[in-house]
Amino acid sequence: MTAPAVLEETAAESAGSLTVIKARHPGRWIAGAVVAVLLAMAVNALVTNPAWDWPVVGAYLFHPSVLHAVLFTVELTALGIVLGFLLGTVLALMRLSRVPLLASAAWGYVWLFRSVPLILQLLFWYNLAALYKQISFGVPFGPAFFSVGSMDLIGPVTAAALGLALHQAAYAAEIVRGGFLSVDPGQLEAAAALGIPRARQIFRIQLPQAMRSIVPAAGNEIIGLVKGTSVVYIMALPELFYQVQVIYNRNGRVIAMLLVAAIWYLVLTTVLSAAQYYVERRFGRGLARALPPTPVQRVRRILTVRRAARRQRPAGDGGGRR
Amino acid sequence: MSAPMVDVRGVHKSYGPLEVLRGVDLRVQPGEVTVIIGPSGSGKSTLLRSINHLEKIDRGYVAIDGEFVGYRRSGDRLHELRERDILRRRTQIGFVFQNFHLFPHLTVRENVTEAPISAQRRPRDEVEALATELLEQVGLSDKAGAYPRQLSGGQQQRVAIARALALRPKVVLFDEPTSALDPELVGEVLEVMKALARSGTTMIVVTHEIGFAREVADTVVFMDAGQIIEQGPPGLVLDRPRHDRTRAFLSKVL
Ligand SMILES: Nc1ncnc2c1ncn2[C@@H]1O[C@H](COP(=O)(O)OP(=O)(O)OP(=O)(O)O)[C@@H](O)[C@H]1O
Ligand SMILES: [Mg+2]
Repeated sequence: MTAPAVLEETAAESAGSLTVIKARHPGRWIAGAVVAVLLAMAVNALVTNPAWDWPVVGAYLFHPSVLHAVLFTVELTALGIVLGFLLGTVLALMRLSRVPLLASAAWGYVWLFRSVPLILQLLFWYNLAALYKQISFGVPFGPAFFSVGSMDLIGPVTAAALGLALHQAAYAAEIVRGGFLSVDPGQLEAAAALGIPRARQIFRIQLPQAMRSIVPAAGNEIIGLVKGTSVVYIMALPELFYQVQVIYNRNGRVIAMLLVAAIWYLVLTTVLSAAQYYVERRFGRGLARALPPTPVQRVRRILTVRRAARRQRPAGDGGGRR
Repeated sequence: MSAPMVDVRGVHKSYGPLEVLRGVDLRVQPGEVTVIIGPSGSGKSTLLRSINHLEKIDRGYVAIDGEFVGYRRSGDRLHELRERDILRRRTQIGFVFQNFHLFPHLTVRENVTEAPISAQRRPRDEVEALATELLEQVGLSDKAGAYPRQLSGGQQQRVAIARALALRPKVVLFDEPTSALDPELVGEVLEVMKALARSGTTMIVVTHEIGFAREVADTVVFMDAGQIIEQGPPGLVLDRPRHDRTRAFLSKVL
């Protein structure tokens, strides 16, 4: 061991300019090296083994039929989430309302649609046309103004989107309700004391604060649904998973085609995760004393600090660099 | 005597079997400052909350400037108002909470302008100008763009006062406005309140700050167990109380 430098009064100390040497962490370096070697082995296995069929993956990754399937998957997800969360928000507000019938109706909905498996619900909507031949619009229990054949109204695409959205709404309702419950009741009291109208209390005061706990849970749901859309393959709809099955049944390149699908699912969830990060920041405004920097800001800050440090180093001793 | 700004008559209020207010009568004249003191649990907060109808009372009535907050009178009958109308009338009453309850996702300025614009539908220009003026009055002009969590407790409470004043209320109710503050921050909030009292604002203040009561109160009210035990000028109630219970309470807080 060397004697601690601070014990001796040096010229640098009396000038108040001691140099800080960062502590060394050999353990971290060793652990890092082990992981790096394992990663390299995994990459090597992925690249060199011909069974992965990378040329085929490359050929189909941007194949028009695959791109269409990706687009359809995105559409289904968007429809399911947007409609699901709209209906879910309505259900949550019903559940929190002071009208008992509204609250129990919302409870019943959530109970029913969370209890029945999604795949069963999808098949049910798909076959609904067989159950009700006609759907009529008019006075409830009274005369109908016009009717449409249910097959026209609920085609397979509508059935899929409807099924996903109705199922999603049950989960969204609970997420939104949980968000509202997480807001300090004092907020509502202050809003009421200020005479702020009821709707404004909900959407201007409560909801933005509720979003803080809604967004992470909703992010989970959206990413779940991107992959969850793959269950509509049972309705023979050309979403991503169904489409790669069609292709590998034709060309026999099962692993390669599954990889194509996996890569696209990875891309979609990566984009969504990044979006979630920024949405969370947006609703975090004012709730933390300072917002954490975005990755871009972080990189920029590191660069400027480096540059500043280099500029500050006295010309004589900077030695090694440049 | 002129008509009272706040008229509380025979107010009873129970939570289940617990009777929290047992026939409270209180009149506050325009421009007067009334300070309510009393032991914990005596019903002070409940009384304030009843005055702006955050609590529904069981018996009696509360009128602000001759108008009932929660009811419409026709002949001898009181018709309960719908929530929308109650909210509208409540904008005549400012309320300052012990724990501030500022809206954390809105800036200081937005906290102040929210209710006048959305509840009172006043023109934005006028409200913005008023907000600037009020923030200056509470000494926070430089914090208009900050979020509440970036402020100290004393600063937050001063914003809450500005927010209440932005409604141009007929009366401002304060429920222990300095109780949640560190001792060194109490002074700055009391200073703002004293200036407000001097400017002729009608105020009802629940507080344990006896010094404040002595300095600015026109009337001090002592409450115990849901009733007003005595009330009068601070010189009388604080220095020569007539009731043993008042004396016992004062000996503990002074
Ligand atoms: N929502 C409620 N439900 C049941 N009891 C309540 C409720 N609010 C208040 N109480 C009770 O009513 C009584 C009076 O409460 P209140 O808050 O008015 O007292 P206070 O005089 O303001 O006391 P403190 O000085 O501690 O603030 C207390 O016994 C309290 O427990
Ligand atoms: Mg209280």
